[in-house]
Amino acid sequence: MTKTFSIGGIHPDKHKITSQTPIIDAGLPEYVYIPLKQHAGAPAKILVKKGDKVKVGTLLANADGVISSDIHSSVSGEVVKIDDVQDALGYDEQMIVIKVEGDEFEPSIDQSADIVKDITFSSEEIIQKIREAGIVGMGGAGFPTPVKTTIPEEKKVDYLIVNGIECEPWLTADDRLMVEHAEEIVIGAKILNKIFGIQNAIIAIDENKPEAIEVVRNVTRRYVGVNVRVCKTKYPQGGEKQLVTAITGREVPSGKLPIDAGCIVQNAGTVFAIYEAVMKNKPLFERIVTVSGDECAKPQNFKVRVGTPASFLIEKCGGLPDETAEVIFGGPMMGQTIINLQAPITKLTSGLLLLSEKETHRPDMMDCIRCGKCVDACPIGLRPFLIGICVRNNMIDELKNIHAMDCIECGSCAYICPARIPLLDFCKLGKIEIRKKQKGK
Amino acid sequence: MLKVATAPHMFSPVDTQRLMRDVIIAMLPAAILAVVFFGLNALVVILSSIAACVMWEYLFVRYLLKQKSTINNYSAMITGMLLAFNLPATMPVWMILVGSFMAIVVAKMAFGGLGKNIFNPALVGRVFLFISFPVQMTMWMKPNWHDFLNADVQTAATTLGILKHLDASSSATSLTHEVEAIHDIPSYWQMFIGYTGGSLGEVSALALLLGGAYLLYRRVITWHVPFYYLATMFVLTSIMWLFTDDVRYEPLTHLLSGGLMLGAIFMATDYTTSPMSIKGKIIFAIGCGLLTFIIRFYSAYPEGVSFAILIMNAFVPLIDKYYYPRVYGTGSK
Repeated sequence: MTKTFSIGGIHPDKHKITSQTPIIDAGLPEYVYIPLKQHAGAPAKILVKKGDKVKVGTLLANADGVISSDIHSSVSGEVVKIDDVQDALGYDEQMIVIKVEGDEFEPSIDQSADIVKDITFSSEEIIQKIREAGIVGMGGAGFPTPVKTTIPEEKKVDYLIVNGIECEPWLTADDRLMVEHAEEIVIGAKILNKIFGIQNAIIAIDENKPEAIEVVRNVTRRYVGVNVRVCKTKYPQGGEKQLVTAITGREVPSGKLPIDAGCIVQNAGTVFAIYEAVMKNKPLFERIVTVSGDECAKPQNFKVRVGTPASFLIEKCGGLPDETAEVIFGGPMMGQTIINLQAPITKLTSGLLLLSEKETHRPDMMDCIRCGKCVDACPIGLRPFLIGICVRNNMIDELKNIHAMDCIECGSCAYICPARIPLLDFCKLGKIEIRKKQKGK
Repeated sequence: MLKVATAPHMFSPVDTQRLMRDVIIAMLPAAILAVVFFGLNALVVILSSIAACVMWEYLFVRYLLKQKSTINNYSAMITGMLLAFNLPATMPVWMILVGSFMAIVVAKMAFGGLGKNIFNPALVGRVFLFISFPVQMTMWMKPNWHDFLNADVQTAATTLGILKHLDASSSATSLTHEVEAIHDIPSYWQMFIGYTGGSLGEVSALALLLGGAYLLYRRVITWHVPFYYLATMFVLTSIMWLFTDDVRYEPLTHLLSGGLMLGAIFMATDYTTSPMSIKGKIIFAIGCGLLTFIIRFYSAYPEGVSFAILIMNAFVPLIDKYYYPRVYGTGSK
């Protein structure tokens, strides 16, 4: 039986044109630009200086506080600059610039292709390895994984859910990763099982990835405590809360985390990174990125070193046509447009999309006709039209009452609105206003 | 030149224009049948009503508000078509001008235009005309598809008019009269295809159901409002029919006659003047059904759909205030 969440949801065109395209190594650019903040929380503290020689996997900066993360070099070469560099939107951001020389790995990293199956570490050792590898949630939020996997005394994990949904249109990075590295992901899930002391890992995959479902299911037959559940193809099925409800029937209480419903949700890419960190001593310095879009001449799934400029990948896929209207980091529903093509791929970049004006055209906003489509589409059961009205009239207390803070910013409301009202922008603005008011008190 | 835009970066192909266009397409079968049955007169009423509504909106927005014209969203066109659907084929054009003024300027634009009106504009126009010009508004043409130009207009009673008449005559215990009146009630088939007296767009259940099916297929409306409206009416008349064995309550006749189909499919489903949540829609539709039943049987009017929907329109803000989806993670409501 296929599972899904019960309220709201939309069905945008899938555009999964790269689902059959094997992952290939993007290769090494001339320079990599490594930002110090690739995670939720404080930027990492720099440990290297200009002129230092680094190897692949060398620690460049370490976590500043609990909610932060270590950052490692993704290439071997020389640190040529530590300075403000333009980020994706052209703002200055401190980055470490490394000139690539050869491809020498730190000796501690196991570069062999063998799959290591035996988990001999204690849960503390595992969490320590995850911390030292600088692993963060790779689905986009970038929450440091060691923090997420350290469960407070009073809470209990019933389910580990591996998120293989990838409900954003165009993106196929997790899909391909599951097809090509199913066993590693299953072992990764077992590693997490060990941390939580459970035998209840569920790999959730949605219906439009039949190959991944079959491959992963075949592997799980050989492992105890890891199972596959098939979910309906619906956006935002990959949202943490939606996934918890689909798999367990439980709801994450308003304002709380999945752990409060007894669940830990980890993105499939993150679970793969956990496997590599624990079993291969490999820090998180590369990830899978889908380069696609209707303006992309040769869509591909790449294994990319963190810090690789977007332009390097775009060139590999046939360049940037003049008609391209938007270049996006991430998916078309929640992703962010970039204007600086030198901007680097980070630990959180799941996709790089080149989209045409036709695909992204947002007509002028019209009057709300009260059709209620936003209400039907919202997976949290909010009334986005009302949030829009409250934001425009500065009714901050009312915004709180109608649970604007519960918005997961999936964009379903703005996608569906026939009057093209930027409802997601209003929701985000509303949340900012509520936070401002709370701080002021 | 690359754009900077906020998420999402893709949009549903369904925009306001497409929704409105679909509603117009859904009304075409009923419009075509009206012209076939009532001839050129019907065409004149439909076209003048559309033209008048579009004209009033254009004049109001351009010359009073001095804003960009809003007629390209097709909503004035729909109001014009719906208003015509609620008029008899013999309606004089100047009265249509008055009715469309009430619909567009008073009921819609005075409230702030598209999406802000409380009452269904076409129904306000119709009820205004109905109260102001009762004679012209109840002069029903006999359908006649042989004689397109209708040089010689024959009048006919509506089914509900006959039933109301039955009500009055039975109290006078004129048995022969009653037998004659029952004889006048059209067959189910006649009512289903619309070969009967009545307003232009309401006569043919077949054409309206076709339009409704199209709206459902295109997901412009959900099934809740038409279903619960018709079902309420069906259940109430069935109960009365079974208990009293009175031909006036015959349920199928009520489903197929008067403005019920038109109201349930095209008027009560109007986005702006109906509730947003599914729960709210069901309450609204049941209220419409209940009021239609009460007005049809216990008032002086044979027909109650327009009043029922307008009264329920007034409750929409209240319904919306109390019935909305439960917010995820807040426990059962």
